[in-house]
Amino acid sequence: MFSLLGNNNSFAIESNCALSQLIDIAGFAEQTIAVAINGEFVPKSAYLSTTLKAADQIDIVKPIGGG
Amino acid sequence: MDSNARKDDLLTLYDEQFSSRFLLGTALYRSPAEMCDAIKASGSEFITLSLRRQNPQQNDGDAFWQMIKETKCKLLPNTAGCRSAKEAINLAEMSRELFATPWIKLEVIGDDYNLQPDPFELVIAATELIKRGFKVLPYCTDDLVLCLRLQDAGCQALMPWGAPIGTGQGLLNKYHLNSLRERISNIPLIIDAGLGSPSQAAAALEMGYDAVLLNTAVAKADNPVLMARAFSQAITAGRNGYLAGLMQRRQTASPSTPILGQPFWQQHQGDKS
Repeated sequence: MFSLLGNNNSFAIESNCALSQLIDIAGFAEQTIAVAINGEFVPKSAYLSTTLKAADQIDIVKPIGGG
Repeated sequence: MDSNARKDDLLTLYDEQFSSRFLLGTALYRSPAEMCDAIKASGSEFITLSLRRQNPQQNDGDAFWQMIKETKCKLLPNTAGCRSAKEAINLAEMSRELFATPWIKLEVIGDDYNLQPDPFELVIAATELIKRGFKVLPYCTDDLVLCLRLQDAGCQALMPWGAPIGTGQGLLNKYHLNSLRERISNIPLIIDAGLGSPSQAAAALEMGYDAVLLNTAVAKADNPVLMARAFSQAITAGRNGYLAGLMQRRQTASPSTPILGQPFWQQHQGDKS
């Protein structure tokens, strides 16, 4: 068990948790999102196979207005 | 597209053609409905948008995304807020996946005071993104050498600023912008940022710029929908003026009404002026 930072929120996560599990736990499963871990883009195809580590910083982003 | 625009005069960006020369941002509107109405009034076919961290409980992102899709416009995600090539490249990849588009408005900010692009990181990011198959529209300054380097990197269109983002000051350095247009004549140039009024957009098109991209001037107008229409008409007027060929400027006056046959000519016989 460890905690990690996702969108500035702390989540308690089981060891060897997959990114897809965090997305479920955080409530993003049905939403239009893109993800980066420690500043590196993670494609959707890798959500299941990406294992999270302690101190990982997760960015989950959604569409917003921009200029 | 404004109804006064020539139907055969299309804007070509990376081999794709657009009938409108007006690219519009989707931020800062008072409501999503007002944004949609302004987009419609602008006639724009290409709109910018972005990605930001949000809480899952916030449904704003999904609602916004739904409204954007309903506009049927082509999407131009930006990398606003990025301060390094690495950040911009990763955000571009996230945008490509989420928005399902290779288009990216590449922004790498170098200074907080005027939000001036970082030219060095911008070239690094543009080079890499072009290699990865993106259609890069870089937001850059009006520096000629920077623009040449971006063209060398493979950018098939450039977006120099008119003035710093959100200032509404218009075309601050016409000498640089004219030099840029003369020197880089083989790819589209789009004025991005700093425009505050329709007349400034018309001036950009008269100078030979191919299009304009703006957001604040429309979103922060008292009546954004009317302002979007006004910009659209000004852009068409400026473009038609450019295509028509502007007259040569003269230092001295030249009468437009023929002198021959002037009545009362006798009264001027003794005039010295």
